[in-house]
Amino acid sequence: MSGGCEPTTSVGTASMAQTITKSRGAREPVTGTALSSRKKRPFLVDIYSTAVGKKYAMAISGIALMGFVLFHMIGNLKMYYGAYELNNYAAFLKELLYPLAPKGAVLWILRGGLLAMLVLHLHAAWSLTVMNRQARPVQYQSPRDYEVANFASRTMRYSGMIVFSFLVWHLLDLTFGVVNTVGTEGEFVREEVYQNVVRSFDRWPVAAFYILANLLLGIHLRHGAWSLFQSLGWNNPRFNAWRWAFATGFSLVVVIGNISFPIAVLAGIVKV
Amino acid sequence: MNQLTNLKLKVWRQAGPETKGHFESYTVDKVSDEASFLEMLDQLNERLISEGKEAIVFDHDCREGICGTCSLMINGRAHGPQRATTTCQLHMRTFKSGDEIVIEPWRAAAFPIIKDLMVDRASFDRIVEAGGFITAPTGGAPDANLILVPKPVADAAMDSAACIGCGACVAACPNGAANLFTGAKISHLNVLPQGQSERYKRAEAMVHAMDDQFGSCTNHGECSAACPKEISLDVIAMMNSDFRKSKSKNRKALSRG
Amino acid sequence: MSTVLNAKVPDGELRDKWDNYKADAKLVNPNNKRKFKVIVVGTGLAGASAAATLAELGYQVDAFTFHDSARRAHSIAAQGGINAAKNYQGDGDSINRLFVDTIKGGDFRSRESNVHRLAQVSVDIIDQMVAQGVPFAREYGGMLDNRSFGGAQVSRTFYARGQTGQQLLLGAYQQLSRQVGLGGVRLFNRTELVDIVVIDGRCSGIVVRDLLTGEITSHAAHAVVMATGGYGNVFFLSTNAMNCNVTAAWRAHRRGAMFANPCYTQIHPTCIPQSDESQSKLTLMSESLRNDGRVWVPKNADDSRSAEQIPESERDYYLERLYPSYGNLAPRDISSRAAKRLVDKGHGVGPLKNGVNLDFSAAIARLGRDVVEERYGNLFQMYERIAGEDPYKTPMRIYPATHYTMGGLWVDYELGTTVPGLYAAGEANFSDHGANRLGASALMQGLADGYFVLPYTISNGLAPLLNKPVPTTDHPAFVQAETEARERFNGYLNIKGTRSPDWFHRELGKIIWDYCGMERTQQGLEKALSELPALYSEFKKDLRVTGTGESINQTLEKAGRVDDFFQLGMLMCRDALDREESCGAHFRSEYQTDDGEALRNDEEFCHVSAYKWTGDPMAAELNKEQLVYETAHLATRSYK
Ligand SMILES: Cc1cc2nc3c(=O)[nH]c(=O)nc-3n(C[C@H](O)[C@H](O)[C@H](O)COP(=O)(O)OP(=O)(O)OC[C@H]3O[C@@H](n4cnc5c(N)ncnc54)[C@H](O)[C@@H]3O)c2cc1C
Ligand code: HEM
Ligand code: SF4
Ligand code: FES
Repeated sequence: MSGGCEPTTSVGTASMAQTITKSRGAREPVTGTALSSRKKRPFLVDIYSTAVGKKYAMAISGIALMGFVLFHMIGNLKMYYGAYELNNYAAFLKELLYPLAPKGAVLWILRGGLLAMLVLHLHAAWSLTVMNRQARPVQYQSPRDYEVANFASRTMRYSGMIVFSFLVWHLLDLTFGVVNTVGTEGEFVREEVYQNVVRSFDRWPVAAFYILANLLLGIHLRHGAWSLFQSLGWNNPRFNAWRWAFATGFSLVVVIGNISFPIAVLAGIVKV
Repeated sequence: MNQLTNLKLKVWRQAGPETKGHFESYTVDKVSDEASFLEMLDQLNERLISEGKEAIVFDHDCREGICGTCSLMINGRAHGPQRATTTCQLHMRTFKSGDEIVIEPWRAAAFPIIKDLMVDRASFDRIVEAGGFITAPTGGAPDANLILVPKPVADAAMDSAACIGCGACVAACPNGAANLFTGAKISHLNVLPQGQSERYKRAEAMVHAMDDQFGSCTNHGECSAACPKEISLDVIAMMNSDFRKSKSKNRKALSRG
Repeated sequence: MSTVLNAKVPDGELRDKWDNYKADAKLVNPNNKRKFKVIVVGTGLAGASAAATLAELGYQVDAFTFHDSARRAHSIAAQGGINAAKNYQGDGDSINRLFVDTIKGGDFRSRESNVHRLAQVSVDIIDQMVAQGVPFAREYGGMLDNRSFGGAQVSRTFYARGQTGQQLLLGAYQQLSRQVGLGGVRLFNRTELVDIVVIDGRCSGIVVRDLLTGEITSHAAHAVVMATGGYGNVFFLSTNAMNCNVTAAWRAHRRGAMFANPCYTQIHPTCIPQSDESQSKLTLMSESLRNDGRVWVPKNADDSRSAEQIPESERDYYLERLYPSYGNLAPRDISSRAAKRLVDKGHGVGPLKNGVNLDFSAAIARLGRDVVEERYGNLFQMYERIAGEDPYKTPMRIYPATHYTMGGLWVDYELGTTVPGLYAAGEANFSDHGANRLGASALMQGLADGYFVLPYTISNGLAPLLNKPVPTTDHPAFVQAETEARERFNGYLNIKGTRSPDWFHRELGKIIWDYCGMERTQQGLEKALSELPALYSEFKKDLRVTGTGESINQTLEKAGRVDDFFQLGMLMCRDALDREESCGAHFRSEYQTDDGEALRNDEEFCHVSAYKWTGDPMAAELNKEQLVYETAHLATRSYK
């Protein structure tokens, strides 16, 4: 109830609870919902605190990771020129910008950057997933009939997670040799990149996991490489049709390139 | 005019916001195919009342597809199977005799269920209150033709402004995100010359209000597919870009474009 | 016994009246404004614009709506457009011409001073709405586009595709939302007014029911604005939204506000005909379609060929034939009756033979499909969804349906009702449209009232009240009104009869449509007046409302609304019987010219009929406000 003429404007909280009763009793009217001001925070923290900002982070880190997988794949094509070329290429990476920078420095910066991007990507993915779960605490009780949401878009977190676990395996296998078979000298030799790859893929379960992970990466990218345009607000009706074409093309190139390696090994085209 | 017979309805009944709900089955023996979906529910309700039972609560008003009051998840789709069509505009022509029709309320944390199929969409109003307007107090406006709006701009604004605030986008979104709704209002006002002064303030405030209540967009596109007004995903991109600029632009220099 | 109705028309030449009024009106100092509380009931065009503007000025505003959001009000459904005397097309429009068109369109049954003010402020409305970002249609050069509407020979209608009402309401809703956000307005949504409270002859507040909890509470204020829309749903089938109702206006009427011209209800010529018995509402197809569509029926009665099979020579383009100068754009009442007559004579088309054709083939041939689609695309789509036919290929079928109510709470020049402190705006007042409203003028009136009239007149009314206490909600009158309301709603639940509120509503609607619809006769109205009380007493004995009053119960809401519709229906028939003339939308078959046009009786009926509640709607006390035409000249309408 409200009486005569006392000022009634109150600073409300911007919650929708005002319009629905939680427990019986008079509902409060809605007012002053836009009065609470946000606290000022540094630009990046501020933007990252919102879902839209986190999608920017996902897209930017996604692009960095896309750059990595693309160049990683192109670099690995050296495999088809033989062991010398590939191992040389690996050595070249260590000497990037040498002698301007110390040996290995740039590579470590790149690795550090990639790792940061990966962490950012994962953190954003994780927190958005939590947010989305909270946005629909009670699921639909009858089956949904999706119209356009597809397998790729609905499995981003799963395809992403499998790609991630593959990544870990992949590093343990070929970078640290923890799970690789021993080299010529009886132990894992990091510099023998070519030999390591061939020995690894000769084990068909490894090849199969690799192929599967890459197919999932392709699926992840098929949605992701389109999605990033939206997330970054890159939208122009004149070019929009190309965004899908780009995503499809990009994921095909990466996947075909990558998958060709184990197949080539298993088919004996590439061998020690 | 034909009759549909023997429709099997599974309707979500829930007594209040905090009670547990369940599906209740009803059979609609006969209904004209000219009837609208809501008229079919009206007839069922009349029957329930005559049986002394409580009528099914559902939101509706204009029944012309413009007020945005009707809702309903019909067979897993927001507003039912017909594209670009609100539930109230859906006609029984789209169904066949003997069909099973499952009807659920829209589900999202920001759309709490009031009763049965009725949900509270006031969270949308909070987004508009935050900034979905142009500050133009009554009385001070210049002559309307002083502000020239190129036709393509007016058309684009109108495309976005066509949103009826029904919430199908949120209901359909696997993440319960309201980006299409919010983006539509932002795009409507942000493309117009009149909306420029508050452009970035608006985007910022509305996105924050949206963020407080809804999920996040992962670009499934399900919202736009469910939207009865076919609002384009473009509005989301525009919102994202204006939001970023809202955080980075030097607003003291906005008039320089 | 009859009250003298003082319309408080200011002095001076017609064109100076509004300026004179504003110059003389008392103002409230900005610092004092927040000492006043104003309640606005209804958040449609009229209510939202009034609430937002009053809050901007600094008054404390409480806004009430039974909708969940202000954006849902029925104004959202208006399609065609909004008039304004901008003369942007340079085709000879002017404030005076809009004034004359509106007076003439209303068949000389509206108040000159109000109509002239409406025409004057119409130009400000467009400026205001454009500044708010309403995306009106534009020419390629960026200037505003116009279309023409029935009853006018100039192009003065501004539009936003076929969704003008939506865009205007969203504009007003956004402005209101801004005030809600800033704390200037307290918004009570899903809250229905169930009574008003009058203490010492002044409206002191309202009693409302929370639709979600059934709780009944009171709210006191210095002034109350009713912007609660029209009562077209008394017909059951109408183009109004399902929840439109007369309750607010009717409850005000029962507390002393006079109800004017209830029988002036407009039938819109272009609606989609009823397709079956169970239909719950009718859908309007914007009148703007008549700009490019040609209306025809087969020359031969009972012609059952499809439209394409009927050759040009066997088609009767009857509007073009009967009204050559206005043709398909003849005013609504005239076009509606012409359609009804032909359908009654068996010329109707469609499966139930209950419509006439609205044919776009000529326009498509002349302009191309693209242009037609651009102009009317969404209407065509809507038609196809409802009727299941493609209007690009076969003509639309249309038929008249109830659409707008010119009658409403009687208001003076200040929009004050006969209860001091209670104002009425928008479709809820008896308004500026006389016996017939021209297309695209309701949006104009609603916004004029809310944005440009009420803010001035309310301050004039409030200024003398400064620092005088108003009653609080513990006053016995509030307590008693609350108790009555509680008893009323419990009463519906306790009847425990056999029929639903909808059933009664449908039956009520049939009687009103048959006897108080497009054509009325003494005999028919008397019949209605004998049938209505019987049905009403059955309603009171045999109503069944299931559920409880403690959580949302749409059946219970409906029961309260149907109750009020019954009482209003009786008053409507009584008024229609009383008005022994034909004017505008009120057509009494006994009073027509030889060629079937409305025959006015200016000698006896050039007045507003305002009814005062006496306890029995059929015995309401009739008061007359004589209408004086000083500038416009009483003339027979002719659209030939
Ligand atoms: C289909 C259609 C098309 C139209 N097209 C046009 C057109 O092209 N041009 C034109 O000029 N006019 C048109 N009109 C007419 C015009 O839309 C209406 O007359 C006008 O919008 C009415 O506005 P309003 O603000 O008075 O009332 P409404 O918009 O009806 O608003 C009423 C408000 O009152 C509230 N309310 C009602 N009763 C209560 C209560 N008891 N308690 C609390 N709140 C209550 C409601 O919640 C709502 O917010 C059209 C009408 C229809 C039906
Ligand atoms: C490590 C595990 C990973 C997880 C858990 C993961 C998860 C996700 C998720 C949940 C999204 C959001 C989906 C969307 O917005 O549509 C996403 C987007 C994306 N991901 Fe990943 N991802 C992973 C790895 C990768 C890798 C390795 C790449 C690149 C090679 C990549 C590239 C992208 C791109 C480009 C996007 C789109 C960004 C956007 O829409 O803004 N992701 N990822
Ligand atoms: S964007 Fe579409 S689906 Fe979402 S609220 Fe608006 S009209 Fe409804
Ligand atoms: S009831 Fe208005 S949009 Fe469906």
